[in-house]
Amino acid sequence: MLKKFVITTALALAMSAGAYAETPRKGGTIRFTAPYGSSFANLDIHTSNRAQDEIWAKAIHRSLYKWDANANKPVLDLAKEVKVSEDGLVYTYKLRDDAYFHNGRKMTADDVIWSLTRQMDGAKAYPGARYVRIIKGAVEVEKGQAKEISGLKKIDDLTIEMTLAEKVDPGFNFYQPMLSIYPADEASKDTFATKPIGLGPFKFVEYVPGSRLVAERWEKFYEPGKPYADRITISIMGEAAARDVAFRNKEVDVSILGPTQYVAYKADPELSKGLLEVAEVYTRVMGLNPNFKPFSDKRVRQAINYAIDADLIIKRLVKDKAYRATSWLPISSPAYDKDMKPYPYDPEKAKQLLAEAGYPEGFEFEWTATSNESWGIPIVEAVIPMLEKVGIKVKIKPVEGTVLSEVARSGNYQAFIWSLTSGPDPLTSLKCFHSATPQSACNYTLFKNPEFDKLLDEAAATDDEAKKLENLKKANAILREEVPMWWFNYNKAVMAHQPWLKGLQPNATELAVQNYEDIWVEASSPAK
Amino acid sequence: MLSFIVRRLLQSLPIILAVAALIFVMFSVIPGTFASSMSDDGRSVLDAEVMARMNKEFGLDDPVYVRFGKYVAQLATFDLGTSFRTRQPVAHVIADRLWPTAQLAFASMLFAILIGVPLGFIAALRPGSWIDTISMVGAVSGLSLPKFWLGLLLMYLFALMLGWLPSFGYGGGDLRYLILPSVALGVAPLALLARTTRAAVLDIMNADFVRTARSKGMSESKVVRWHLTRNALVIILTTIGLQFGTVIGQAVVIEKLFSWPGLGSLLVDSVTLRDIPVVQGSILVIVLLFLLINMLVDVLCAIIDPRIKYT
Repeated sequence: MLKKFVITTALALAMSAGAYAETPRKGGTIRFTAPYGSSFANLDIHTSNRAQDEIWAKAIHRSLYKWDANANKPVLDLAKEVKVSEDGLVYTYKLRDDAYFHNGRKMTADDVIWSLTRQMDGAKAYPGARYVRIIKGAVEVEKGQAKEISGLKKIDDLTIEMTLAEKVDPGFNFYQPMLSIYPADEASKDTFATKPIGLGPFKFVEYVPGSRLVAERWEKFYEPGKPYADRITISIMGEAAARDVAFRNKEVDVSILGPTQYVAYKADPELSKGLLEVAEVYTRVMGLNPNFKPFSDKRVRQAINYAIDADLIIKRLVKDKAYRATSWLPISSPAYDKDMKPYPYDPEKAKQLLAEAGYPEGFEFEWTATSNESWGIPIVEAVIPMLEKVGIKVKIKPVEGTVLSEVARSGNYQAFIWSLTSGPDPLTSLKCFHSATPQSACNYTLFKNPEFDKLLDEAAATDDEAKKLENLKKANAILREEVPMWWFNYNKAVMAHQPWLKGLQPNATELAVQNYEDIWVEASSPAK
Repeated sequence: MLSFIVRRLLQSLPIILAVAALIFVMFSVIPGTFASSMSDDGRSVLDAEVMARMNKEFGLDDPVYVRFGKYVAQLATFDLGTSFRTRQPVAHVIADRLWPTAQLAFASMLFAILIGVPLGFIAALRPGSWIDTISMVGAVSGLSLPKFWLGLLLMYLFALMLGWLPSFGYGGGDLRYLILPSVALGVAPLALLARTTRAAVLDIMNADFVRTARSKGMSESKVVRWHLTRNALVIILTTIGLQFGTVIGQAVVIEKLFSWPGLGSLLVDSVTLRDIPVVQGSILVIVLLFLLINMLVDVLCAIIDPRIKYT
């Protein structure tokens, strides 16, 4: 599996590198798709944390950092340099002096401060508040005790000083599209949410709610010669079958594939040439509630991991569009331990562990699941006979996504199956299992382990990158051993693209979210 | 006539209020809020503080009776509230989507009427003939075809294989984009109209007044024009009215499939994301349209057949 991942990543990187070796063509139209069901929330990206909205936001807006898919880390975007104090708490950003909003006005430090302060408006509920909270004084603004974030200071028009409340890499927070920098004056107007003005490579032209968004090249974009394309249209296409027809009919340039389509595209000699595969930072798991008596026993949780033949399910049901999970951190995480082995399929060992835990005859539990084909009821149905073999009976509780989210954070479940973000920052991601993290945040299985907490606290405090990684790997190993969840798989995202579309990036945080300025369209595209 | 319309409008009021109350109760008891829907993809964790603030901002932390009181008070002033998702007035959000749905519904009904009614007539005038058999087999098939499947089939055939039409999208007024979704949506009402027309015409053909007309020597074309058509029209119009409402309701599937920016896809998105004001507003508008169309049909029927009184 790891070998496969290395080859895939190498191929993806080679594709990227290869793409850059070619001379990008100027002009043409990128015809992108937004595949995640619903229409865009609105055109104020500060109000949405959904991947579907990030897809359009990356065309219009820019943040302090951006995600470098090839380096697999956040890099400066609206700032050209940053100086970090010795204690790692004060960041001084020198902003770009060539970043212009789509109304022609130059970006200044005031715009950055206004945009980040807006997130902390206590009367509103901006999802980005959780990321801005790392700045000293941000919480006070959120609580209405201050109007300005004390840790955010304007030094001059193009310099800001950011003092952090805790030692973290702010890049992992401030690359998020929901923290895009707005023009302070225009963004206060009511019309902004329907006619957005940003710093991105494309300028807003038209939005047909529920159908498409169109944007055209911003001539004053700060990266020389970019964007390459004249225009971008982003079509909202939630139905995979409809997307498939449109892609084959050459009406769109990209399509995100599900397991069934993945098999069909791989088997097609032409379509298989245009597949971009990435190990995304999502871990599919079965969360086990320790308040349900059998799951409070580690041996029972381990027995479940031994009793399920995850490899078989990945192969047959997920059609190899996933990588076998060994623990929480995904393959693309810097703290992933490549030597770690997954739980083998061993029903006899599972029976033995159940007997030791006092359940020789097994038990019955309720499993909450959505209808998702890769991590929902179809998977649960495949697991049921495997668990029955060791005496565990399952009752399925079907719910939809919104209910699953509520059930998991309220603890009102015995077991659930879900796909959860496990990156890109391994420290932030592992903090979901820190005993100080409440269930309503992301410690859904109420995990509590003093050794784990200590390793994480040390990793957060240290400046030694090697030691930090070592601690995170050890913490991840504890999760493997303690198994608060059944470690099922890591998502393999697959994007099909037309042969004329070049410069796509293997973005492990979300493949559908691309830096469009790096993409170009060759003359063979039917779109003019 | 005017008093009839006013009376019908007044009769519609309890229906609208009952629907409004029903939607409110339904969305008060089902689990999940707009805030929890923002984490439904497991991707972006929304912290508890932001969720609580979001619920407060949208008034979701009020007791149910307070929310219901506010909702009724809003409705009384023709205010549908503010969308949780777009943070715009619901009326604006719906207005943006109403025209595409109207286009789709009219186009699909036009397709159904232009083909279904003549087909039903021809089948009835030649009962037992091959055209009758084929049209009725077609009608039954049309009624039983799932819309999603039929839509996909049309996409494959006319977009992918023949390359005649675009497979998805709105096209900003380009009528080519309207053809496939309206055919997919119009096949079921077409089938029903064909069957209803056939049954109505056959029934009238055996009526005493038609026999009398023929025995008096009235030509067949006059019998069809004066007796069959006028009498069948009342039944056909009633069916069209009912189907119009059904088509608006069923547009949900077709709009999602063809990325058509109508009320149906707005409704689905809003239910998924628990944007309750938009759900309530959309359903009310659909119910209102249904009632209006049926009232219009009743008026037309009364004009065509004077025996029908405005009661």
